[in-house]
Amino acid sequence: MSDKLKDALAGLAAGPESSDAAAASERGPAADPNLHPSVAALRERFGSAILHHEVVAGDEHVVYIPADRVIEILGWLKAAPEQDYDFLKDVTAVDYGGGRPLQVVYQLWSIRRRHGLRVKVELPLQALEIDSVTGLWASANWLEREVYDLFGIVFRNHPDLRRIMMPDTYAEGHPLRKDFPLRGRFSRLEQTRRALAVNLERDYTPEELQVGGTPVQIGTTGASGEPRP
Amino acid sequence: MATKTVEYLIRRNPETGMDGRPAAAPLFPAGIEPELQGEHMLINIGPQHPATHGVLRLVLELDGETVVRCIPHIGYLHSSFEKLGEYRGWNQIVPLTDRMDYLAPLIYNCAYAMAVEKMMGIEVTERCKVVRVILMELDRIFSHLLWLGTTAIDVGAFTVFLYTFQQREKIYKLHENYTGARITTSATRIGGMLADLPVGWTEQLQDFIDGLPRTLDEVETLLTNNQIWIGRLQDVGVISPEDAINHGLTGPNLRASGVAYDVRKDNPYYDYETYDFEVPVGRHGDCYDRYLVRMEEMRQSLRILQQALDRLPGGPINVDDPRVILPGKADVMTDMESMIHHFKLVMDGIKAPPGESWFSVESSKGELGMYVVSDGGPKPVRWRVRGPSFINLSALPKMVEGHLLADVIAINASLDIVLGEIDR
Repeated sequence: MSDKLKDALAGLAAGPESSDAAAASERGPAADPNLHPSVAALRERFGSAILHHEVVAGDEHVVYIPADRVIEILGWLKAAPEQDYDFLKDVTAVDYGGGRPLQVVYQLWSIRRRHGLRVKVELPLQALEIDSVTGLWASANWLEREVYDLFGIVFRNHPDLRRIMMPDTYAEGHPLRKDFPLRGRFSRLEQTRRALAVNLERDYTPEELQVGGTPVQIGTTGASGEPRP
Repeated sequence: MATKTVEYLIRRNPETGMDGRPAAAPLFPAGIEPELQGEHMLINIGPQHPATHGVLRLVLELDGETVVRCIPHIGYLHSSFEKLGEYRGWNQIVPLTDRMDYLAPLIYNCAYAMAVEKMMGIEVTERCKVVRVILMELDRIFSHLLWLGTTAIDVGAFTVFLYTFQQREKIYKLHENYTGARITTSATRIGGMLADLPVGWTEQLQDFIDGLPRTLDEVETLLTNNQIWIGRLQDVGVISPEDAINHGLTGPNLRASGVAYDVRKDNPYYDYETYDFEVPVGRHGDCYDRYLVRMEEMRQSLRILQQALDRLPGGPINVDDPRVILPGKADVMTDMESMIHHFKLVMDGIKAPPGESWFSVESSKGELGMYVVSDGGPKPVRWRVRGPSFINLSALPKMVEGHLLADVIAINASLDIVLGEIDR
């Protein structure tokens, strides 16, 4: 094996390099809140709870809020008639590595008013918990499950918080974290052993129906708990 | 905003016979009789089942033939493209993008390049913009044609599949002539395309544009007024506009519910506001409306294709930006600085400045969002794909509960999912 290939394999095993630029996750310069109607209104209503506001990539407005006020602030953004963010495009997370806090990123859009806003929440690695927004937007259900699965962030009051991409029995951790090596934590042998030990019969038992939350009755409520029309 | 409401041409009653008079016996059970509710049954569909359009597994709890609960299980194709992207240079991610939605690979290639270009502040050339519009609209048709053929098979009509695949083969050939690959196109680079359009390509595209409407007409003759097609799709899988928005549906699935949200109109990119086209919206939000919306979208895409072909400007296809674009081959061979530049760009990769960007495009399945975060290095810190199918599929339990088992197949087909992008 050539030295170059050895280096490459060692690099893969060591995991992603921690970012060189220490300033990368630091916030950019504060932008003028009057540039975006929602930011000015947020500043007026929530004052110091709007930790920071910046403009990235020319026209994208980012607002940082504290983790314990997510439901309050996002709920207001959805309900206030002049904001009207009825469409949650995306929930994801960003790990900059090097022990820096994880960012939870919400992409909001108002279909009627045609404006968008990005809301970020920073969570320290010791306290990766945040309230679920599934009560506001049903689309958050799978998106939050994905963030939980791949980053290990726990969403409180989520109706069905379990792994979505990785198998239920996956024990190697949360793959999109920077401290997770590209090929997994276990050796290839251990991964194969575990894969062969899976009991496939389990997938076809009535217990399978218990994984999706509590059963619902036809004609009364749907999966989301709302009454059917 | 120019919208076009697609409407049924026929009476909305699945229980009429061919002559329009009420059928003697109801074709469908009138409802669930409460006294027949008995023990529930557990049914497993997939992960290897042709009607799931990939490796999707659905666990259904049935009361008789009625679905009480539906639990989708995904992740069988998961290969963590987003993690792989963190180990690759900015241009090396392009081949990962077309392996997500292999039914519309060029839309994903373009969307990714557009997100990185936005983050780096690069404005691509006019010719590149128009070429990308052509490629994206071509792949919208590419994807809708596959949807049409496979959905018809799911609902019991085989012939349509042959009609649509004959046309898809022409798009495969267009892909191949331009990029060298039929599916894994990898056509974009940061700041431009892999190459300019080859000689004769636009004529080949013109042939396709001229030929497709005839096939669409033939397919509509086969399906639109077909009693079985109507019976299987009308009033099946209805979702209200409010629920559709709340569940994050986008694309034809949302527009079939009557919400005229199309990224090309609401947040235009690449001069889409200067193209003359309409956004089809449905009125009932059922599977049949989703069919009508997609049929009309193909015709509108043809209009955009024709306009883009007519306005295709000359000039370079790549930006003149030494940060991202390799110097010309002749320069590399004769000029020392160009050779060093070429070497540095290949060995070190493109360096994007610290920052982040979100770029939304209207994919064939719905709103495709690409989110890239850079810390100034040659590799991304985070590359996130907001896949439309992933979120459309999450609304499936809401849509199938209370329907018959056979309708699950029709509703799942009508959502137009692609598992490569759901599992990523």
